[in-house]
Amino acid sequence: MSTSAYSALLVAVMSVVTILLRAAPFLVFKKKAPAYVMYLGQVLPAAIIGMLVVYCLKDTNPLSAPFGAPELIAGLLVAGLHAWKRNILLSILAGTAAYMLLTQLVF
Amino acid sequence: MKTVKAAFVKSLPVMAGYIILGIGFGILAHNAGYGFPWALAMSLLIFAGSMQYVGVGLLAGGASVLTVILTTVMVNARHLFYSISMLRLYRNAGRYKPYLIFSLTDETYSLLCDGKVPDGADPDRFRFLVSLFNQSYWVLGSVIGSLVSGILPFSTAGIEFSMTALFIASFTEQWITAKDHIPAATGLLGTLFCLVVFGPDRFLIPAMLLITLLLTLFRNRLSAGKKVDA
Repeated sequence: MSTSAYSALLVAVMSVVTILLRAAPFLVFKKKAPAYVMYLGQVLPAAIIGMLVVYCLKDTNPLSAPFGAPELIAGLLVAGLHAWKRNILLSILAGTAAYMLLTQLVF
Repeated sequence: MKTVKAAFVKSLPVMAGYIILGIGFGILAHNAGYGFPWALAMSLLIFAGSMQYVGVGLLAGGASVLTVILTTVMVNARHLFYSISMLRLYRNAGRYKPYLIFSLTDETYSLLCDGKVPDGADPDRFRFLVSLFNQSYWVLGSVIGSLVSGILPFSTAGIEFSMTALFIASFTEQWITAKDHIPAATGLLGTLFCLVVFGPDRFLIPAMLLITLLLTLFRNRLSAGKKVDA
């Protein structure tokens, strides 16, 4: 299979799985979902965000130069700015700009 | 016409965010070798912001179908619960129902979950139009991003950090508002553990299994004294 055919397959897989997740409750549950499913619904989202933070930083190597410094500085900026202003767009724009400047000009 | 106007006004808070995050996605995809048709197709067919950001990495890395299925399930698992809470509201939406279910993103859910509809507006049509406006902002942003990516007067190297920033900001927001920090800490530390043990190319599936297992083990502790909304 060519690379673009395989990529198209993966896009289709992401689309179908996303649709199935959104549609499943309408197909399976009439009114209420089992308690275990409701419990996972409460706790999984927070855990998955934590997982995705690590996923995003998986290729950052803290053992060789620049020792993850751009990620650490920009990441702390995002967390700090967000704790202060609670504005998700501002946090993302400032953090991304800081990271781009750090990697392009400093490190 | 009244319903269209009411839906547009309702969708306005999402407009700026979707256009800007969409542009970020378009640029990210373009930089990874996936230009305009790919960004357009993904935003039309998947319409899940976080998953599309993560998806670009999976496409570029040539991930296995199994990895893509499991990652999509985990990243989008929360959509199950949006649908569960919309069961009653969407059940009798007739011809609007399939699109309402397809387009139930975090932001659309946050706008519509209170079930309120302006006076004089047709409820199902109103919710359909809010969802449609939201997706059109997302598609528009993605297309702009993939088209401007090649002609920007500055280097976009490092733009991929927008995804990291999105998740760090979401994590911070979640950490501040949550009463219990165990789920967030489980996700962060469990994944970090698997990254160290399995390495950067193989840790994602073990991490998802470990997180689900640990949260299942913590269930009694986390459910205690907590009202479970159905």
